[in-house]
Amino acid sequence: MTTTIDTPIGAAETMVLNMGPQHPSTHGVLRVILELNGEMVVKAEPIIGYLHTGIEKSCEAKTYSQAITLTDRIDYLAPLSNNLGYCLAVEKILGLEVPKRAQYIRVLLTELTRCASHLVWVGTHAIDLGAMTVFLYSFREREEILKIFEYLSGQRMMTSYFRIGGLALEPPPGWLDKVQRVVDSLPGHIDEYEDLLTKNKIWLGRTQGVGIISAADAIAMGCSGPMLRGSGVAYDVRKAFPYSSYDEFDFNVQTQTAGDCYARYQVRVAEIRESIKIVKQAMQKIPSEGPFRAEVPGIIPPSREEMKTSIEGLIYHFKIFTEGFAPPPGEVYQAIESPRGELGVFVVSDGTAKPYRVKFRAPSFVNLQSLPKLAEGRLIADVVACIGTTDIVLGEVDR
Amino acid sequence: MDFITQHPVLVVSLAKIVGLMFVLMTTLAYLSWFERKVIAHIQSRWGPYYVGAHGLLQPLADGVKFLFKEDLTPPGADRFVYILAPVLALTLAMTTLALIPFGPPSVQWLGESTLIVADSSIGLMFVFAITSMGVYGVALAGWSSNSKYPLLGGLRSSAQMISYEVSLTLAVVGVVLLSGTLNFNEMIAHQGGNFWHWNIFYVGHGSFPQIVGFLCYFMSAVAETNRAPFDLPEGETELVGGFHTEYSSFKFAMFFMAEYANMITVSCLATILFFGGWLSPFPESWTFMRYLPPVGLLALAVYLAYDTVVLARGIARIQLIVVTTGALVIGLACLHPVVLAIIQGPFWFLLKVGLIMFFYVWTRATLPRLRYDQLMSFGWKFLLPVSLANLVITALVKVWPLLVNHG
Repeated sequence: MTTTIDTPIGAAETMVLNMGPQHPSTHGVLRVILELNGEMVVKAEPIIGYLHTGIEKSCEAKTYSQAITLTDRIDYLAPLSNNLGYCLAVEKILGLEVPKRAQYIRVLLTELTRCASHLVWVGTHAIDLGAMTVFLYSFREREEILKIFEYLSGQRMMTSYFRIGGLALEPPPGWLDKVQRVVDSLPGHIDEYEDLLTKNKIWLGRTQGVGIISAADAIAMGCSGPMLRGSGVAYDVRKAFPYSSYDEFDFNVQTQTAGDCYARYQVRVAEIRESIKIVKQAMQKIPSEGPFRAEVPGIIPPSREEMKTSIEGLIYHFKIFTEGFAPPPGEVYQAIESPRGELGVFVVSDGTAKPYRVKFRAPSFVNLQSLPKLAEGRLIADVVACIGTTDIVLGEVDR
Repeated sequence: MDFITQHPVLVVSLAKIVGLMFVLMTTLAYLSWFERKVIAHIQSRWGPYYVGAHGLLQPLADGVKFLFKEDLTPPGADRFVYILAPVLALTLAMTTLALIPFGPPSVQWLGESTLIVADSSIGLMFVFAITSMGVYGVALAGWSSNSKYPLLGGLRSSAQMISYEVSLTLAVVGVVLLSGTLNFNEMIAHQGGNFWHWNIFYVGHGSFPQIVGFLCYFMSAVAETNRAPFDLPEGETELVGGFHTEYSSFKFAMFFMAEYANMITVSCLATILFFGGWLSPFPESWTFMRYLPPVGLLALAVYLAYDTVVLARGIARIQLIVVTTGALVIGLACLHPVVLAIIQGPFWFLLKVGLIMFFYVWTRATLPRLRYDQLMSFGWKFLLPVSLANLVITALVKVWPLLVNHG
């Protein structure tokens, strides 16, 4: 009997451990196959696909407007960012100009989304490393932000608030006061988390020097967002390729040079503060009056009143919601800076009312491939920290 | 009656054991309530709230839940060892409580002191002998489950508990040097006086304050009991529960109770060794302080009455009436001179233990978890040298007068 086992020399003592897909700190259903030498990770291999929902394919069976509701479900921690990316792409292919008021409101809401998403990240990353109180604190603040979304759109998470050409609804009166309250209280709360974590010896020990990725490696891996900025590359789509009037806002790109988990933690916390700055500016800029979406007959639905009083309005409304609208044939790529990195939306139109192909360049998916580089040669506990700081959302990884 | 008077040791011991078991089991259950409540309030939540007034019946509901869960044994597990492990863990954890004096030996019934089950002259040695066996429960559980996460948890805990036992023991040797005995009651009697006579503070002739010793002891004890921030064997977010991943139903509950029993043990030890055990922190001339227990209980009753009348609704109100009456009755009973004399020791002892337990829970809510290698280097490279240095200094201070006089 001859059996040949393909094992490298010296690896006979290793143990293979399946981390996930059911595991408390793989942030959903990520599965990582770990080859362990004692507690040390010799090899880490992320396996994805457990949350594949076929969103990209489903988009092809929907009209351009209907597909917006699917984009909410990609990165369910930052639905408004996905909405924005998709809407901008479709607007680009249509050549639509979105009113300034809608643009500013979009900026404000996506920055709040960034805050909410980073708050979830701080909390879950802290609980991964054993500090469970931060988790409940940050979810408390996130809930206040979600209440604003609910007030605007009627939904806490799956908002679908951004539509092609602008927004779904006129924002209700008094919403800016709610935003103001959150903006006023949030910096103090972030100080609370920082009190618990930033100078905590154990926290430093668990994050500093763990999961290091150099700037060159990060670029080679296609990393973006805080993953890249934590390694010292000041690349931010909002600055590099401004969209939705981001060029009118004054903010800094947060970077750290260490490239370890602690650097990424610092980048994200600083980004929450920076986002608050942008929100404050947007609150100043948003005019109280003005259209909340473009007026393009046949593409943008007419107002309720117009639909009920004019025959053209009624016809357009009916046509838009039954057969949709057909953009000119062509293809377009639009990138935005989602909380996780560069979220790219590639839309191919064949001149019909449904997209021929929609492809999302999901930052989580791309960032995840750096996990073996981060985790190999370190301990099991560090794998958890590394998964945490790549900030993956499995819905986005698998789409 | 003849039998009782003829065999006082047997009867009193049995009564003490039964009483201690009853109190201990209730305490273990309510410690989980206490921990959940404290952590909840730290995290700006309410914690258990719906099962009984203030969630007071939650431990009962948890107990019932544990009993009715399916008792699973993973395929390929070593059945005997798999069942032995939780039994071992719980038995050993509860055995040590027999050595703990909850009050002065002067409280007696039939000529036997009632507030300690076994007043051994080698109390401290015995406790350490038993707790050091506690590692078997965890290690065997991890090994016998035939599963990888528990195996890693078991490995971690074996290493951790053995490492920290060294510094734990070294940290208390200072106290043994100062009091010159291993008997708990004598150690406590040695710290008589006011609170600055406690070993942790006392700066006297031939004595060195054991504050460093206490800190080393407490940190080692937290690691020894596998509690946050040293809860690596469980490491919920890494090892999915560690050594007890595969355990369910009552076997899991036994590990759970063992953990709490261990916490009680080390808190009791800390109280005895460093905080004067059942001694009151106030000078004996302050006789009015003797009325603190009944006054405290009556104040609690007043609060509960307010709670009953103003805040509670429905069935919670009925439960609160029972609890309030209980607090009121015990509080009033404590005013009786005999009861008042008996209650002094246990009151202060349990108060101190409770404060240390609170500190336990507080750290759990605040700190992240250490990594395995950091834990090891902290234990061997920091705690061990520091507790050794503490021991050497204490010994030097103790013998210094002798050296000077003879030299």
